[in-house]
Amino acid sequence: MIQFLAKRFMQIFPAFIGITLLTFSLVHLIPGDPVELLAGERGIDPKRHAEMKISLGLDKPLPIQYLQYIANVFKGDLGKSFVTKKPVLKEFMTLFPATLELSLCAMIFAVMFGLPAGVIAGVKRGTVFDHSVMAISLTGYSMPIFWWGLLLILFFSVNLGWTPVSGRLSPLFWIDADTGFMLIDSLRSDEAGAFKSALSHLILPSIVLGTIPLAVIARMTRSSMLEVLKEDYVRTAKAKGLSPARVIMVHALRNALIPVITVIGLQIGVLLAGAILTETIFAWPGVGKWIVESINRRDYPVVQGGILIISSLIIFVNLLVDILYGIINPRIRHTG
Amino acid sequence: MMKWRNFIKTSSITPLSITVILTILTASLLIFNTAVQAKTFVYCSEGSPEGFTPALYTAGTTFDASSVQVFDRLTGFERGTTKIVPGLAESWEVSPDGTVYTFHLRKNVDFHTTTFFTPTRKFNADDVIFSFDRQRDPKHPYNKISGGNYEYFVSMGMVELIKSIEKKDDYTVVFNLTKPEAPFLANLAMDFASIHSAEYADKMLKAKTPDEFDQKPVGTGPFVFVSYQKDSTIRYQANETYWAGRAKIDKLVFTITPDASVRYAKLKAGECHLIPYPNPADLEQMKKDKNINLMQKEGLNVGYLAFNVKVKEFQDAKVRQALNMAINKQAIIEAVFQGAGKVAKNPIPPTIWSYNDAVKDYEYNVEAAKKLLAEAGFANGFETDLWAMPVQRPYNPNARRMAEMIQEDWSKVGVKAKIVSYEWGEYLKRSMAGEHKSLLLGWTGDNGDPDNFLSVLLGCDAVGSSNRAQWCYKPFDDLIKKAKMTADPAERTKLYEEAQIVFKEQAPWVTIAHSVVFEPMSTKVVDYKIDPFGKHIFYGVDLKE
Repeated sequence: MIQFLAKRFMQIFPAFIGITLLTFSLVHLIPGDPVELLAGERGIDPKRHAEMKISLGLDKPLPIQYLQYIANVFKGDLGKSFVTKKPVLKEFMTLFPATLELSLCAMIFAVMFGLPAGVIAGVKRGTVFDHSVMAISLTGYSMPIFWWGLLLILFFSVNLGWTPVSGRLSPLFWIDADTGFMLIDSLRSDEAGAFKSALSHLILPSIVLGTIPLAVIARMTRSSMLEVLKEDYVRTAKAKGLSPARVIMVHALRNALIPVITVIGLQIGVLLAGAILTETIFAWPGVGKWIVESINRRDYPVVQGGILIISSLIIFVNLLVDILYGIINPRIRHTG
Repeated sequence: MMKWRNFIKTSSITPLSITVILTILTASLLIFNTAVQAKTFVYCSEGSPEGFTPALYTAGTTFDASSVQVFDRLTGFERGTTKIVPGLAESWEVSPDGTVYTFHLRKNVDFHTTTFFTPTRKFNADDVIFSFDRQRDPKHPYNKISGGNYEYFVSMGMVELIKSIEKKDDYTVVFNLTKPEAPFLANLAMDFASIHSAEYADKMLKAKTPDEFDQKPVGTGPFVFVSYQKDSTIRYQANETYWAGRAKIDKLVFTITPDASVRYAKLKAGECHLIPYPNPADLEQMKKDKNINLMQKEGLNVGYLAFNVKVKEFQDAKVRQALNMAINKQAIIEAVFQGAGKVAKNPIPPTIWSYNDAVKDYEYNVEAAKKLLAEAGFANGFETDLWAMPVQRPYNPNARRMAEMIQEDWSKVGVKAKIVSYEWGEYLKRSMAGEHKSLLLGWTGDNGDPDNFLSVLLGCDAVGSSNRAQWCYKPFDDLIKKAKMTADPAERTKLYEEAQIVFKEQAPWVTIAHSVVFEPMSTKVVDYKIDPFGKHIFYGVDLKE
């Protein structure tokens, strides 16, 4: 196990360097000068332009800029945003709880529905239920997020008035963001009804963000169940006279879960990085939207720093998945 | 089979999930029952402010959140107009040569008391000096804070213009200028000239947190800043002791909502009182909605096509006039602006004083255009390029489409235009250098002064920078230079009116459109006025019960 972990940790380092190099060069490859963009139609005279380039640290050759950047990263300094002049790490930390809260709720939603749906569809293969689950999950998977989000907003928020349209909390509540997790902050505040408001604001975005993972999980669980149900040990278990519930939950599901967990792990990465559209539709103040806006403004430090932190998180989640794997399935632990 | 069904019935997963969903749904039904006593105005803004010190930034979104609500300036604009009125300066005198401005400051004005700052003194001359010296003096302790880039101060020419600022006494400040400059009073009403508390700045400097000064604003304006959650909400409270009288609303909340369709949904669901920048496609529906009041006004902007007059084929004014006649502007307004625009005939919008309504626009006439071209020696037309901006702007929501329509129109008179586009920053840079033959661009006014359009976009001094037509025409330039030195508004008006006639004859541009600004709001909103500068002012606005 220790050897396995050491090996995995060794692989992280080159991946990390690769990510910084890739984001740094890609960001600088996009045509567009941040100084020009800050000035807009107004224009900027060449002297002032040169001064600003120096003040933003853009006057040096790219390799030097990169080395300086990396040196700072190892010191824990990701630079300051060109636009807001605030440290990138600080901005990330204020926005990340929102993304994390949304991603977790979306994942809970996806697992809560995807896993049982997949299990039942697998067990009741070929039935109407199975076909509907498969059809619905295919639809969910191919649904354009933007359209799906707006559709839900129009139906539930505008027509029925059940859920709020967007945001994290009703503007009528004045709550300080202590932890950044609105559910926790609203519970800690004295304002009655704030928690309900925070919860209700999470419903639609979680559904929208969780739709694709739900579809993936349901399909993966189903096919994995189908495979496992054919195995000899399942037949043996049934032949031993175990209850169907025990056969499915203990003998089949536990083994079927291995590929499903990989998928869930990968999907968490996708959620963290890919909440951009959902965040935009629901005006959710998270990191996805922040990075996209920064690309448009050529705010290099934010793009580089933001992508670096998110990729590190994804690497970390994958590492966790690998470890979890080992716990669920001893074979991997031993052969890894 | 029966056993499987039993499994589903007995397993804990499904009932659990159903319970959770039901809880969530019931919870959601209960949210809006919370009683509200205070009058809270919710504005669904389109984006996040870059910071809260207006002088450091140039975006309207930032000004809406900072200068408009929290700060005052020495002079101001009357709400809904470009007319200059007293602000923190009660009155002023201008020396006969137009280079000395003496301001008499308003007494008994409070700076905001907030959770992070309690002022010990009233507003006075020190605050004025601080607010300008920060931007002027590179050695000022605050000059380099938060990036220290004072784009507006620099680009409005204030660095060269202001020779010195003197404090005569606590309530008298004198600005000495290097030359007479009639738009100076209008410049002082601009966002960058907002007055900050020098006492607060000192406090932050002593606490070694000068950066906080630009993130947690303290002003004298109608609303007191309470808190900002990045990309989410900004909160303000009415300034109880505001010198011009307390705001009619108690609380003001900005809910940041970047997507226009979602803003509209929020307005319909009653989650905001007012939304900016609606989708043109939604306007028809908004007009029909009984709960929505759709206000409209021409924006303080102009979208134009500039001919690079240094290019051989565009040197002759006849060619430029002919190509003016060849464009069907009305069709462009309908297709590109979808009704949210008006045909422009002057380089300044009609909301600006001195707009010359007597100017006649070139009529759309293909035959006349052909004839003029033939007279100029281009009977068979010529080939040229036409640059189209890659971004959406209020004065041009779809430059590509506009360029295609113009290309089509011009082809009817034998002029073949190739459409060219670059990434936005690159586009601005290359066009400033004059690499284009003709291009689409536009301008949004800063201070409501005609000089801010005519000098900046068409003056000889701006050739090689913001004068994209590279057009330096002495009779025109003399008129606008003279107007800039003249203090008498009536005299200035005459000069600008004349300049607009010269401009139309020489046709360095095709003036295409002024956008129409639409502001959809709940019918509960009372006494809102659309600001010609495109800002969102909530002082003076009330809510019906």
